[in-house]
Amino acid sequence: MADIHKNEVDAVSGVSTTGHEWDGIRELNNPLPRWWLWTFYACIVWAVLYWIAYPAWPLVSSYTYGVLGWKSRDAVQVQLADLRAQRAVFADKLAAASLTEIESNPELLSFARAQGRAAFGDNCAPCHGSGAAGSPGYPNLNDDDWLWGGSLEQIQQTILHGIRSTDPDAHVGDMMAFGRDGILPRPEVVAVADYVRSLSNLPVPQGVTPDLAKGKEVFDANCAACHGPDGKGNPELGAPNLTDGIWLYGSGRDNVIASITNGRAGIMPAWAGRLDPTTVKALTVYVHSLGGGR
Amino acid sequence: MNVATKVQKLEADGGVDDAPLYEARRKIYPIAVHGTFRRIKWALLVITLGIYYLLPFVRWDRGPNAPSQAVLVDLANGRFYFFFIEIWPQEIYYVTGLLILAALVLFLMNAVAGRLWCGYLCPQTVWTDLFQAIERMVEGDPRERREKQKNASKAQRAFEAASKHFLWLMVAWWTGGAWVLYFADAPTLVWQLFTGTAPLVAYAWIGILTFTTYVLAGHMREQVCTYMCPWPRIQAALTDEYAFNVTYRYDRGEPRNSFKKAEALKLQGLPAGDCVDCRQCVAACPTGVDIRLGSQLDCIQCGLCIDACDTVMKKVGRPAGLIAYDTEMNVQRRQKGLPPVRKLFRARTVLYTALIAVVGGIMVAALATRGSEGVSVIHDRNPLFVQLSDGSIRNAYTLRIVNKQPMPRRFAISVEGVPEARLEIAGGIAETENGQPVVEVGPDQTYELRALVSTHARLPANASLDVTFHIADVAGGETSSAPDHFKGP
Repeated sequence: MADIHKNEVDAVSGVSTTGHEWDGIRELNNPLPRWWLWTFYACIVWAVLYWIAYPAWPLVSSYTYGVLGWKSRDAVQVQLADLRAQRAVFADKLAAASLTEIESNPELLSFARAQGRAAFGDNCAPCHGSGAAGSPGYPNLNDDDWLWGGSLEQIQQTILHGIRSTDPDAHVGDMMAFGRDGILPRPEVVAVADYVRSLSNLPVPQGVTPDLAKGKEVFDANCAACHGPDGKGNPELGAPNLTDGIWLYGSGRDNVIASITNGRAGIMPAWAGRLDPTTVKALTVYVHSLGGGR
Repeated sequence: MNVATKVQKLEADGGVDDAPLYEARRKIYPIAVHGTFRRIKWALLVITLGIYYLLPFVRWDRGPNAPSQAVLVDLANGRFYFFFIEIWPQEIYYVTGLLILAALVLFLMNAVAGRLWCGYLCPQTVWTDLFQAIERMVEGDPRERREKQKNASKAQRAFEAASKHFLWLMVAWWTGGAWVLYFADAPTLVWQLFTGTAPLVAYAWIGILTFTTYVLAGHMREQVCTYMCPWPRIQAALTDEYAFNVTYRYDRGEPRNSFKKAEALKLQGLPAGDCVDCRQCVAACPTGVDIRLGSQLDCIQCGLCIDACDTVMKKVGRPAGLIAYDTEMNVQRRQKGLPPVRKLFRARTVLYTALIAVVGGIMVAALATRGSEGVSVIHDRNPLFVQLSDGSIRNAYTLRIVNKQPMPRRFAISVEGVPEARLEIAGGIAETENGQPVVEVGPDQTYELRALVSTHARLPANASLDVTFHIADVAGGETSSAPDHFKGP
């Protein structure tokens, strides 16, 4: 890096050098290409204009708004309005159609299922699971067992008003705490539990000798009012069918004894005030189409 | 001096080439030539550009439910139409097949006669040829140009330059304009473009292609071939000694002398070549090479030097073909007094032809036998299976049925592989055919549905049965199927 090279002209290219040299390699003093330079200047001008036109500089408690008055929030509003306009074609049809009409129209069904799936993920999945497979205490919506009925109208009613919620039209049913509240003594609770399990042919644990006669006696006196004399349940009261293979709180002997002892009162919130009617419709159709709908 | 002798000279000099590695670009203004190859190039220019500019306007009737444009890339609906062929996105492998075919044809051309593609058909060559013709038309031949630079007024030169760039931009603009016509109904889009109602993306693409055409064909020209294109490198590795190339016959041309001097030498019985060193071959070359140095990377083998040389040979009364399509091997054989050889059927030409036949045959067969319907299936992953109240196990699937025909069709759905299987369609399907649910799929559309398969049969623990879904056209009987699994507890 000696100054002796400065302003020396390179023999091959005819360009002067900068005076920088490394291991015999000298740096040519080529200027930036003209188009590059002008692009650079144009960018600077552009940036200044941009600061004036658009929100740019943060101030202590505010910011420079820009003369065009553009706001990102307005841009989102416009995009949302566009989205609504795009969806309006189907959304309006969906709002106007009855639940049965939606299911019989492939286009509407497809649209409702898509919208319903999204709404389900946002609102229902925390309890029922993202695939609506449920978990103990939270029903599986894919199967064909429905506490409160699985028709389109019944599902819509349940979504709108909930179960044991604060909504005045909510489903209300009471499975009493027969053991805890002292209505039935422990041996009768055990006997009726064994009887109920026998209705769906569940295996008897080793070392247990069920007293089915006693159990049936207790069942007829205490349980048949809601669950029916044959234990088939009653969707009007949300009383589950005790003769099938689906057990919301588990089918083990201990689970059944616990249910009879402490009662059961699962809660589902009402969605009438939170979701608009079209979304509830879409949800209804989606849940119904999961495979369990009647 | 051909490459071989140049290399020998270099080695004799101790392997040191004192010439600098850096060379500033020489702008190339080739002269106009007349002759066979020029005529072929004009004809190919008219044909190729004619196809490019006019093909979007060719109509092809596909019935009421499909576009009537013969060649159309319908990006919005995910369809590619080519006359009677319609390709869906999942059939993109046909395009792969076309690309493989294109490569093989390129290889074959190269094995037969060198860079036929580069010299006559490559868009870069065709457009550059057109742009150079416009340049000569406006500013005159190189000689006129040089005189104008000395004598013509600044105003005239500026006017000519402006005219040239304007005409270039017009051609470039038409090029970009024709490009977008392949992506929408051409007559409609032309109308929209002129009334200013076309989509923004159309204007943007016209702008982009106007720019690239103007820059690549007007300004960069032979630099694209020499520096940007990979093909010269690849083709040099694929060629052999039997491939015809544009060749300077140094066996005939050397030693070079002026016409008079050569005649004098001949009288004295001394060797004198046919080349009069007029440099017309260099002046005519669109890439500015001297063909007399032998075949080289920059040479696109367009044959214009052949025309230029033949014209001169005719004038001086010597036989044409001093530069001709020939092989380096034949030149050497002639020097040794051996007869030239031509060998069209060689391992590589036969192999390339066979491969083209095989790939082309596979593609035609695949195209001719492909079904116009299809089904794909996805198993529900959450939950994998559901136990129903009666104890049976049910799996849910999403089926997508494809109808590639331009009319609505009805398909019966069935499932195989699950004992005592019961098939239901979610949402309820009213129609059945022999107990199988039937759905109608619109013309050139797909239909997605949810299929529920349940069984009472006792399944082994952690069961995973192979199942197959079948669809059958109720009217035509065509079938298609897709495999999946049935899961149990």
